[in-house]
Amino acid sequence: MSVRKTKHEMPEQPPQERIKNFKEVPYGYSKEIAIEEAKRCLQCKNKPCMKGCPVEIDIPGFINFIAQGDFEKAAEVIKAKNNLPAISGRVCPYESQCEGECTLRKIGEPVGIGRLERFIADFEREKGKKPPKKPISTGKKIAVVGSGPAGLTCAGDLARMGHSVTVFEALHDPGGVLMYGIPEFRLPKAIVKSEVEYIKSLGVEINYDVVVGKSITVQELMDEFDAVFIGTGAGLPNWLNIPGENLDGVYSANEFLTRVNMMKAYRFPEYDTPVKIGKIVVTFGAGNVAMDCARTSLRLGAEKSYILYRRTEAEMPARAEEIEHARQEGVVFKLLTAPIRFIGDEKGILKEVEYLKMELGEPDDSGRRRPVPIPGSEEKLAIDTALVAIGQSPNPLIPQTMKDLKIGKHGNIITDEDGQTSVQKIFAGGDIATGAATVILAMGAGKRAARAIDAFLKKKP
Amino acid sequence: MYPIVDKKVLSENVKLLKIKAPLVAKKALPGQFIILRIDEKGERIPLTIADSDPKEGTVTIIFLEVGKTTKQLGILDVGDSLENFAGPLGLPSEVKKYGTVVCVGGGVGIAPLYPIVKALKKEGNFVISILGAKTKDLLLLESEIHASSDEFYIATDDGSKGHKGFVSDVLQQIIDKHQVDMVMAIGPIIMMKVVSNLTKKYHIKTLVSLNPIMVDGTGMCGGCRVSIDGKTKFACVDGPEFDGHKVDYDNLMLRNRRFVHAEGEACKMAGDQ
Ligand SMILES: Cc1cc2nc3c(=O)[nH]c(=O)nc-3n(C[C@H](O)[C@H](O)[C@H](O)COP(=O)(O)OP(=O)(O)OC[C@H]3O[C@@H](n4cnc5c(N)ncnc54)[C@H](O)[C@@H]3O)c2cc1C
Ligand SMILES: Cc1cc2nc3c(=O)[nH]c(=O)nc-3n(C[C@H](O)[C@H](O)[C@H](O)COP(=O)(O)OP(=O)(O)OC[C@H]3O[C@@H](n4cnc5c(N)ncnc54)[C@H](O)[C@@H]3O)c2cc1C
Ligand code: SF4
Ligand code: SF4
Ligand code: FES
Repeated sequence: MSVRKTKHEMPEQPPQERIKNFKEVPYGYSKEIAIEEAKRCLQCKNKPCMKGCPVEIDIPGFINFIAQGDFEKAAEVIKAKNNLPAISGRVCPYESQCEGECTLRKIGEPVGIGRLERFIADFEREKGKKPPKKPISTGKKIAVVGSGPAGLTCAGDLARMGHSVTVFEALHDPGGVLMYGIPEFRLPKAIVKSEVEYIKSLGVEINYDVVVGKSITVQELMDEFDAVFIGTGAGLPNWLNIPGENLDGVYSANEFLTRVNMMKAYRFPEYDTPVKIGKIVVTFGAGNVAMDCARTSLRLGAEKSYILYRRTEAEMPARAEEIEHARQEGVVFKLLTAPIRFIGDEKGILKEVEYLKMELGEPDDSGRRRPVPIPGSEEKLAIDTALVAIGQSPNPLIPQTMKDLKIGKHGNIITDEDGQTSVQKIFAGGDIATGAATVILAMGAGKRAARAIDAFLKKKP
Repeated sequence: MYPIVDKKVLSENVKLLKIKAPLVAKKALPGQFIILRIDEKGERIPLTIADSDPKEGTVTIIFLEVGKTTKQLGILDVGDSLENFAGPLGLPSEVKKYGTVVCVGGGVGIAPLYPIVKALKKEGNFVISILGAKTKDLLLLESEIHASSDEFYIATDDGSKGHKGFVSDVLQQIIDKHQVDMVMAIGPIIMMKVVSNLTKKYHIKTLVSLNPIMVDGTGMCGGCRVSIDGKTKFACVDGPEFDGHKVDYDNLMLRNRRFVHAEGEACKMAGDQ
């Protein structure tokens, strides 16, 4: 029997329909399709796919159970390593992680590992998650700062090792970017909440409204707890630094997405937080964040949603799937263009953006061909809203208030492979250590740090 | 949840609430603020810490009812609770010995001025306070601030109390008489602008506390950005106090009107219920 060369498609909402709602785009695999897809796996002895998984899931192991129709066992295998599978199964860039290493790529498409992980997580949630066995308490207390994927993973793993874990979160909801950044139609907030409930069922306590560095200092946490993990993310928005950026109508991606996702502005006025969108929206940047902004704008009623990017499609950092989804929904890509200024009316309300056409020149440090402006190619576009999505930097609040913590030149906390910082009791991981990266890398960092913290606590008398 | 333990109606639409929030109370310093959310569907709004009592674990806020959230807040009473109350946020005031300082408070800006007046006095400054309001019924904390000041003046637009006219008229008279080392001004944007323009002529160091629209208050969204000396700063982490001579007030006024239309809609909804 020869193996099917392509992944089974995941059914999804048609583009014309989905741009009118905030419901999740893909529906997920049915049981039958999941089993068929699982059967494509060759069960390779050396498990190359596992090398690509930062949270060390036994991939052929869980897929084998799916192929046999034993979804509960499959869930157990995943849960042994990953406490947040409904999240990673949706937003993990698996094409460059596990699936990038899959043997099947030699003859066609890899096994749909991410889709199968999502299927199992959804199966488990719908059936009701099994309460985990409580480990024997070690009596050690750990503080986790930030409840993004790094913090939640670290907290969950530490709790499963028997430690007592308290999470401190600045905002009123858990999840970090999962909650305020990634839109509902890609990662429903009810699913994030359900995964967080699971972490809580492991015994983790989450305190909201606590801005560490302000409400309580890291030093105070060090006095009260045996170890501290910092997972405060890369929350500081970068700007274009061009004239007119403070006009009414220019938002950072973070402000725009936070208003819409966490504060539910898309349900204004039922929810109190407003957002203004207008008819023509331009998003600057071409990463996942930019795709999210452009697609959200359409759902809020924008008639035209553009993405303006300095380079070409080949250099776009967003996942291929996101770019494809954006294009299907009608997002217009204006490539090789760089904004030079925003223009407002006499009241200071954004009206136009002026930009230059670019061409590709010599490769830069990153190996990508550097875009260079074409002189005299200025053009203007009438717009109502501008969304700046050109990246985030590490959140400076804690580094500012902790003098002896070593900080890199981009404001990131310096750690070793296992998250150990320059201060013995303090560990860190996720975007605060690496700069803006991915959910799964943040989870992997949380996992390694949990192991390192456990080892550190065992060494301590 | 953060219970309301005391409430005072200071004027028709200015209310005072004392909230139980021990963590905030323990750390609060003059000039800092909190962000609250009334309930699950509420907006996050910033309010200055008007007073705090670390022993009691309480924080006092004083607010003017201007829109949906502040009106809803005004209806709450002792025994009700707030869903969220995060802080203290922002950098504290630069409280030190300057010499002679003039503290100018306008409207609801008088509330956040109060802890700063007290602190400046404690540092040994000669404190002159000027409070301004449209009419005498809208003056806040008059006796409290009077008691903490070495000299005390009032200005009302309608002349119902003190000088008839603006706080800046009184400030001009003081500058003419005294050597002034620092001016602290909190109030409507236009007031801070006028005060700053005046003190700039005399090269008097001036601090103002800005109140842009905020969301998270942790430096994450950039919604609170203000233009200081041509540079973009985030008021929630770099402020809210800034050098009054460097602020682009017109941009701040404009950015604070960003959601005027939408807020009207939210209020209408609330009124209909
Ligand atoms: C719009 C958007 C879309 C994305 N899409 C994808 C995607 O599809 N796939 C993918 O893999 N990655 C994606 N990413 C990137 C990914 O979300 C991040 O890399 C990841 O969330 C980082 O996790 P973290 O735990 O390090 O930090 P965060 O998720 O940023 O969480 C940090 C948490 O710490 C809290 N915090 C910060 N400071 C303090 C403090 N002083 N005290 C207390 N709490 C504090 C914050 O409020 C937050 O809750 C996206 C990012 C964005 C913004
Ligand atoms: C650091 C800081 C400290 C503050 N301290 C106080 C305080 O101690 N007491 C107090 O009464 N107010 C204070 N404010 C202002 C207060 O946050 C706003 O009045 C409040 O957010 C309005 O919410 P709302 O839903 O009631 O009104 P909305 O319905 O949101 O708005 C009503 C009107 O007020 C305008 N508005 C909205 N937000 C602001 C804002 N941040 N500043 C000025 N106008 C705004 C709107 O554009 C609209 O015209 C402070 C603001 C900041 C940033
Ligand atoms: S978490 Fe990501 S890398 Fe790991 S198995 Fe799931 S999709 Fe693959
Ligand atoms: S590499 Fe691919 S085919 Fe091989 S075990 Fe992993 S998922 Fe299955
Ligand atoms: S309120 Fe969001 S950055 Fe200041």
